[in-house]
Amino acid sequence: MPALKISHLPGIVGLILFMAIGLFAPWLSPHAPDQVIGMAWDVPSALAPLGTDNLGRDLLSRLIWGTRTSLSVTAVAALIAFLAGTTLGFIAGVCGGWIDQLISRVNDVLMAIPTLILALVILATLPKTLGVIILVLGVLEATRILRVARALAADIGAMEFIEVARLRGEGLVWILLREILPNALPILIAEFAMRFVFILLFLSALSFLGLGIQPPTADWGGLARDNKDGILFGIWAALIPGAAIAILALCINTLADWLLGANTRAWGARHHA
Amino acid sequence: MLDSSGTVAPPLLAVEQLHIVASGKPQRTLVEGISFSLNAGEVLGLIGESGAGKSTIGQAILGHQREGMAVTGGRILFAGQDLLRSSEAQLRRIRGKRIAYVAQSAGAAFNPALTLGEQVVEAARVHGLMDAQAAREKALELFRRFSLPDPEQFFLRYPHQVSGGQLQRAMIAMALCSGPDLIVFDEPTTALDVITQLGILQAIAGVIREAGVAAIYISHDLAVVAQLADHIMVLRHGRRVEHGTTGQILHAPAHAYTRDLLGAERAGNRPQTVQSETAPLLTIQSLSARYHHQPVLHGICLNLAKGRTLALIGESGSGKSTLGKVVCGLLAADAGSMTLEGMTLPSTLRQRTRDHLQRIQMIHQIPDNALNPKLLIGDQVDRALRTFTTLNRDQRQRRVMALLDRVGLDGTIAQRYPHALSGGQKQRVCIARALAAEPELIVCDEPTSALDPLVARDVLALLRQLQQDTGVSYLFITHDLHVVKEIAHDVAVLCEGRIIRQGRVDEALGAPLDDYTRRLVEAVPQLRQDWLAEMTGYTSSSVSTAAPSPLHAY
Repeated sequence: MPALKISHLPGIVGLILFMAIGLFAPWLSPHAPDQVIGMAWDVPSALAPLGTDNLGRDLLSRLIWGTRTSLSVTAVAALIAFLAGTTLGFIAGVCGGWIDQLISRVNDVLMAIPTLILALVILATLPKTLGVIILVLGVLEATRILRVARALAADIGAMEFIEVARLRGEGLVWILLREILPNALPILIAEFAMRFVFILLFLSALSFLGLGIQPPTADWGGLARDNKDGILFGIWAALIPGAAIAILALCINTLADWLLGANTRAWGARHHA
Repeated sequence: MLDSSGTVAPPLLAVEQLHIVASGKPQRTLVEGISFSLNAGEVLGLIGESGAGKSTIGQAILGHQREGMAVTGGRILFAGQDLLRSSEAQLRRIRGKRIAYVAQSAGAAFNPALTLGEQVVEAARVHGLMDAQAAREKALELFRRFSLPDPEQFFLRYPHQVSGGQLQRAMIAMALCSGPDLIVFDEPTTALDVITQLGILQAIAGVIREAGVAAIYISHDLAVVAQLADHIMVLRHGRRVEHGTTGQILHAPAHAYTRDLLGAERAGNRPQTVQSETAPLLTIQSLSARYHHQPVLHGICLNLAKGRTLALIGESGSGKSTLGKVVCGLLAADAGSMTLEGMTLPSTLRQRTRDHLQRIQMIHQIPDNALNPKLLIGDQVDRALRTFTTLNRDQRQRRVMALLDRVGLDGTIAQRYPHALSGGQKQRVCIARALAAEPELIVCDEPTSALDPLVARDVLALLRQLQQDTGVSYLFITHDLHVVKEIAHDVAVLCEGRIIRQGRVDEALGAPLDDYTRRLVEAVPQLRQDWLAEMTGYTSSSVSTAAPSPLHAY
């Protein structure tokens, strides 16, 4: 593990906090997320520390439960995106030839259609269950990761230590996992931090449009949608989930910075011995 | 000895007690108390191994330090101005205009998106020295002077459209275009083959003499520096070892290290003679191969006997590395056959059995690229053992230690990553990894050309010793004829994908020679000052008319 610097601490503590809030939502939230406790858009009080939402539910409780939904869906989708994107990208980059053509061209087709529109079409036809939403997010974001992974693998694949491995008769799995992955990891970690935030934004956008997480389940995008009309009356409830997304993005990138600390030398850069 | 106090006019450049350190803990001294001076029109050679601080000094003269380096003392006076205490703006007025720099890799120094012409005249235009028309005329004149083909066309070409040697000449033209007083040459010919190198050296010698430019020539090749420099400074670990006129350094070196360097280049080692003619190990018959539709090899026939070394020589683009790749199975042959100890050797890697793979190993030119930077040295050698032997874990561990010991490395290196090793150590690891398979044939693709002369000498000695001990055969690809004489029993000369000469080293490279082989043999710099002068006139025509190889044009 690289050395932890003071500047990394706030981000890492923040991230642990977010995860703790998500994990312990049932114990942390003062009310059930769908329990009506007062009038619509009540001002903050002892009962509802952040006030209530458009239906009179406790905003703090919904935010806490929303953290749980948003973070878990994003994390699973990001994991799927990374597994699919790097695996296929590495295979395309290392194998080349028609395999590369097939994978890359299908990927190009997927990327050519604006993601939001494609997601809307898919989610409008399929049932909007959690599984489908996660899969759609994962597959669409995997296209971006595939591009990066393919370029990395093609670069590293041209190195002579890959030639040495092939001369040893190593199989594809060894070459991908032991020769290429460790060398691509620094860039992939940085990419992961960025993609995680993009997936979170994407999920929030879908929920905001009503095609993501379905009510009454709380999530950050849904919270913004439910309370957006309040902005006209000076109610700032819709801004809270936005702030949460911004803070989370900062935290994740600090974490990536820390993990990259040991690997500041990106692939291909010359090292001064 | 040079002494600035002895000269009447102030020198053009005076470096006084230069100290440069690399920041970090602990701080490392890169350059320690270096002083020298240079008069207008003089050439100083800086000689030393990598890490000697040559390039650091060269860049300091342009008022530049690489990231993480800091000057902690001394002065660099250029025409009376201290470059170390000048502002960026003042330095910019000097760089490119009065002091120019020629880098080792022209390929990396040119912007691939601009034409050569634009880049060659850039410095002169930026400094407002001449108008566009005059700058163009000057560039064309320089191109003609450097025997570049069709200067008008060359002006409009992009870097990827010309050969490496032409690009290097274009970079020297770029340095000269603004008419500087001083040029820093940072190993401008190190990556080139001997024939191309000869052309560049002639071009440099010509312009330095004609334009009266002072120069600092950085190299690790004493024979090259001896042709151009008036004075030579030998550096080691950032300190001055010796400084004297070229004649003094060559004929009366005062320091043991200098004598060692001279010895490395004059090495008279011979490969062990093999007692009797042995059975052929590898036979290649009328083999042809292509690279992306571009035919590279035509009808190659070769024999390599057990326990012997066959050197493949030729200029860059002649197909020698391609032949190495075909033998290893990395590139499939179009036609022809290969047999290893009587068994047919399949053309592609996929068709080869583990047994085939074990018998043929490869050592690459650049050990940095041949070792996985993220795997421990021990694991990389261990993997070869695991693949090719049936040893258990403990046995393998002992064997890794034995192999590292065998190539002259300490066992503790097994627990380190490649970046913690020097170039020579990395190449030894590659040799250990090849040996782990207990091969019968090792294809060596210029294994010493990226190493410093002293290190290269030791690696060659190691390869010779290993051959004597294990009876392994080498297919040794090189463009360095010194190396051929030191390690090879037999030699094959490749020219544009064909073998034009083949046989025992002394016979094949002895008289009478065909033109191509003679050029190869004679283009090797010799350790005497008048070698380049003798070559002038002899090759200038043949070099300039030699078209870039098809690979470069492609």
